[in-house]
This record gives sequence, structure tokens and C-alpha cells, in this order.
Amino acid sequence: MTAADNGAASAPLSAAQPCVRIEGVTKRFGEFTAVDDVSLDIQEGEIFCLLGGSGCGKTTLLRMLAGFEQPSAGRILIDGQDMAGIAPYERPVNMMFQSYALFPHMTVQANVAFGLEQEKLPKDQIAQRVEAMLSLVRLDGMAQRKPHQLSGGQRQRVALARALVKRPRLLLLDEPLGALDRKLREHTQFELLGLQKQLGVTFVVVTHDQEEAMTLANRIGVMDRGRIVQVGSPRDIYEYPSTRFVADFIGSVNLFEGRLTEDEADYVRVACPELPAPVLVDHGVSAAPDATVWVAIRPEKIQLLRERPEVADNIAQGTVRDVAYMGDMSIYLVVLPVGRELRVTRANLQRKEEEIFESGDAVWLAWDAASPVVGTG
Amino acid sequence: MAARGLRLGRLLVIGVPMGWLLLFFLAPFLIDFKISLSEVRLAIPPYAPLLEWADGKLVAMHLQLTNYRYLFTDSLYVSAYGYSLQVAAVSTLLCLLLGYPMALGIARAEPARRNLLLMLVILPFWTSFLLRVYAWMGLLRNNGLINNFLLWAGVIDTPIQMMQTDFAVYLGIVYSYLPFMILPLYTNLEKHDGTLLEAAADLGAKPLAAFLRVTLPLSVPGILAGALLVFIPVVGEYVIPTLLGRPDQLMIGRVLSDEFFANRDWPVASAVAMMMLVLLVVPIVAFQRLQNNAAHAR
Repeated sequence: MTAADNGAASAPLSAAQPCVRIEGVTKRFGEFTAVDDVSLDIQEGEIFCLLGGSGCGKTTLLRMLAGFEQPSAGRILIDGQDMAGIAPYERPVNMMFQSYALFPHMTVQANVAFGLEQEKLPKDQIAQRVEAMLSLVRLDGMAQRKPHQLSGGQRQRVALARALVKRPRLLLLDEPLGALDRKLREHTQFELLGLQKQLGVTFVVVTHDQEEAMTLANRIGVMDRGRIVQVGSPRDIYEYPSTRFVADFIGSVNLFEGRLTEDEADYVRVACPELPAPVLVDHGVSAAPDATVWVAIRPEKIQLLRERPEVADNIAQGTVRDVAYMGDMSIYLVVLPVGRELRVTRANLQRKEEEIFESGDAVWLAWDAASPVVGTG
Repeated sequence: MAARGLRLGRLLVIGVPMGWLLLFFLAPFLIDFKISLSEVRLAIPPYAPLLEWADGKLVAMHLQLTNYRYLFTDSLYVSAYGYSLQVAAVSTLLCLLLGYPMALGIARAEPARRNLLLMLVILPFWTSFLLRVYAWMGLLRNNGLINNFLLWAGVIDTPIQMMQTDFAVYLGIVYSYLPFMILPLYTNLEKHDGTLLEAAADLGAKPLAAFLRVTLPLSVPGILAGALLVFIPVVGEYVIPTLLGRPDQLMIGRVLSDEFFANRDWPVASAVAMMMLVLLVVPIVAFQRLQNNAAHAR
């Protein structure tokens, strides 16, 4: 199984045209290519996350959907309609800005009403919709406040209400939780999910925070240097990263380089110079024998043992260098004889752990053949 | 110890400009006020003392408001005050209408070009103000550059009378005071958050609606600051109306100078100055109140 068919399989099965279709979109700023030949379909009612580091082009792509930037090449279709030359104020799209961009001289009520006033709706209808929206985001009673009189979380909800009150086909969210503190983020994440389900609006979220992407998204598109490197469900992206970059970017991972020694349809063996035993992986890889490949093993999929297990593959010996106790789990840094450091995490399932590893202990590391991911890209 | 040092530092920082103002603003103001209440006299100084002393005792105090009453009896003063306020108000409005688009243009220009554009706004200050007004005379005269060109081109047969008209006064004032409108406006507009306009567009506002509902209200403090910087000095403007303006309609600055230098009537000149201050205090207080409201609204 490759990650690519995984991603396609997890997209909602709808025969209708996608809500957003991005076709070979490229954006250049002078010499710099911010977005490089991106093609993507986003389905109706989906929460799609564009995930990547700073400068990967995710915000530029979002701004092209909003109409603030025009693609240098390619097309963007929303509900089948080509968006070329259509100004931001004419698009069926609304955006929640990273800085929220609330109008500082207007009350909460006026901020939320602003978009409806542009549609020249009757006054009583505007008042009604604004009120309903404010109570939906639990801001009733705040209508006459100015933005500077609100907390960060309240401002975030005003920004959300202001965008949603227009009943857009598509809501663009630029780092929606970026400015909130940790406790509030978690709470708001679930609130956002609830609102999206209730209103059925398609969300496109841009974030650099993988946790945010994982909890919010139905599908994630990982971006690197202007390209989409992998599209898939959060689970696919985490468990079956298609490239070394994705494996490294999402979560923490132990990456090795190695040489393909055995290449069968349902398993491969990789010899990694840094590991004493071969790595056995229970899925195939499309690469020539003897090719150089990478192997990624997630820290939580490695077992810590006192005794050498009775297996020939997927083991290593080392010494615990550091233990970080996080409460729900502990992180162990284990050094192999060759000097390579490995990261292993263990859930602290019981209050009194029967086996405690401490710094300086000699340990064996072992993992399942189903755990590592192997790839060439 | 540290707190006391800090307090001393604050006292110094506030005290120096405070002392400056007391010495060079409040003291002259009080002297001027005193002179405005005294009687004119052919002497040095050319006014009667308020207090009369004999053998170290106060024998008489001469306080009179006749100088002020005089201002209202002679229509010259009332008309000069009225004209000054009118010129100041119209010029401020013209400066705003011209200066706002310029300030906005500079604020929205590429950052690298902004300094150059600002430089161009300030550039006229490199030449003497008086010289620039004289230059306008050279342009506007009946046998000046503009009329000569139009005559030569055959557009007109007789020169257009531009000198000594209201047009010349407004032209000179707007030309001279425009930078004082542009600079505070630019300072305000340059700080505006561009994403607010993007948000407005995103919510369906066309560029004009976005300007009227977002940019304009947020620039009110800049407008008020610029208006204040133009209006106040224009009310007392002396050089431009004297050199370019109508001989039959004086502005108050000219009246003041004539009373003082030509008439040598210091008490009436002082009363004119006092009244000008009173007339200016009203709009200044109103402006300041508006500005405070605008600041609180943010």
C-alpha cells in the first residue's frame, strides 16, 4: 500500500464536482517560486489542512483562493467556476485572518454586520443574522464591545463569526489557533469542529502546527518548497509518510539511511550502517535492489527491553542517556555504540511502573516489522 | 533611592520644556495682556502704566477695556477677523482635499519609494519661504510668466488679473501649507494595517466602500492633526496675503502688524492679538475634543 492511494481512498466519495479544484497552480514573485505546480481537489464539507513550515507556500496558496494574489499559471475553480480575474469581494469565499484583522473602530456587532451590509440586505435581516451568529459563537452580550475590550479567544470568535455570517461556500482559515494559548487552543479546536459540522461549510485551514492539522483535518496536504508532497488523512500522513521530508516533518521520528538487501513483494530487508541488525519491513518498495533507501521508525513503536529478544531482525543495543518524564509518557534518548542517538517514547500506563529505565542503563531496542516505513524519495 | 532618582529625572524632563513655555510663552502673553488693558500714549514705551506709584505707594490703577470695545466698533477689525477665519477654513479644506490623496499615495507606495516621495513633499522648505512667495508673484503678475505665455499662445488678449485676488491668496496658502497637512496624514495612514483592507474586500466591500468604512474613519486623528497645523497658522498669516492678496480686504495678521508698527498703537495691537487667541482657542479646543474622542474610540 502506498500513501497516494490511501489519500484518494479517504476523500469523501462524491461523484459531484469538488468544491475547490486547483489545477497546476504556480505563483512566482520575481525569481522566487512560492507555489510550484500544485493540483488539488477539495471536496464539499471537508476540512482540508495545508501543513508546512514557514515559506512553504501554504499561505500564498490560501491567498490565491481568497483572491488576494493571482496565480502566475494554472487555474482555480470554485464550484466549477474559474476564479481568474474575479476580485476578492466577488468570490463566494471568506477568510479568517491570522491576525483576525478586526476593524478596531467598530463594535463586535458592526464588525460582524459589515459583510452583510456590503450585500445590501435589509437592516432587520442583518440584525437578525448577526445576533444569531453571535449567539452561535457564544458572544451574546458582547455585541457593543470594541475589539480591544475582548480577550484573544473572544476576538478569534468575532473573526470567525464575521466570516461565517456571510454563509460562504468556502471558509479559509489562516493559522486559526495560532494566537491562542495552549488550553484555549484545545477547547477552540473542538468548537471549530462542531461549528463546521453544524454549518456544513468547507474549511481550508493553513497551519504550520501539525497537532492543529491532525485534530482538525479530514485530509492534510503537506507542503514543502511550494509543492504538495503528500495528501492524505492524518493517519496516513503519520503512519505512511511518502517521503523522507514528510516522515521527518510530522511528529518525531528516527530516520536511517540504508541499502536494500532483500526486495520481495510483501517485505523488504534494509541494511543500515548505523544499526547492528537488518531492518525488516512488512511492505514492499518500488526501488532497484541495492538501492539507497530511508527507513523511518516512530519513537512510540520501539520497545525498551532489558534482555536480548530472540529475533535476528529489528533490534539494536544501546545505553539510556536521558529520560524526560512528561507525565503521560516518558521520552528516552538511547545512544547506540556507533554514537547514533535514538528517541523512544513509552506510555506511563501504570502509576507504579514495574520496570523503570534510568539514565546509564544498558537496554535492547526492538520493533515490529509492521512499524518502520521505507522509501526512496 | 532609585525611585527618587526616577522622579527627579521625570521632573527634569517635564521641567525644561515647562520652564521654556513659562518664560517665552506665558510671560510675554501676560505682558501683552497687560498692555492691551492700558492707554496709548506718545512716549517710550508708547502706553501708560497700569499702576501709578508715588513715594512707594500705589496711588492709582488704570484698567480699561476700551481697546477691546474699539475692536467691535470699527468694522475693519470684525471684517478682518471674519476674512481670516474664512481663508483659514477654506485653505484647510483645500489642503485636506489635495493632501489626503497625496498622503495616501505615499503611504501605499513601495516602502523603498516612500522616502523619496516624502523628500519631494519637504523639498520646498529648502528654499526660503519668502522667496517662494516672491516666485509666485513672478508667475502671477499681469506681465508674469503665466500671463505672458497665455498671451503668446493666443489663448487670451488681455492679461488675467490674478495678483491681489482671493485666488492668489488661496493658491499661496495652499501651496505653502500643504506639507503640514500631508505629513501628519502620512504618519497616520502609513501605520494602517493592510490586512484590514483585505478583510474588507474579503467581506464583499468594493475599494471605495472599504476606503469610506475603514481607511477614512481610522485616519480621523491624522486629518485633525493636519487641519490643526494648517488652520491655526493661516489665521494669523501675514506674508502671503500682504504680498499676493487684495488691498481692500486685510487679514488679521496684517492689521496687527499695522497697528503695531505703522500706528504705534501698542494697546490696540495687543487687544487684536488677544482677540485672535480667543478666536483660535475655540476651534483648537473643539479639535482636541474630537481627537480625544477618536483616540478613545480605538
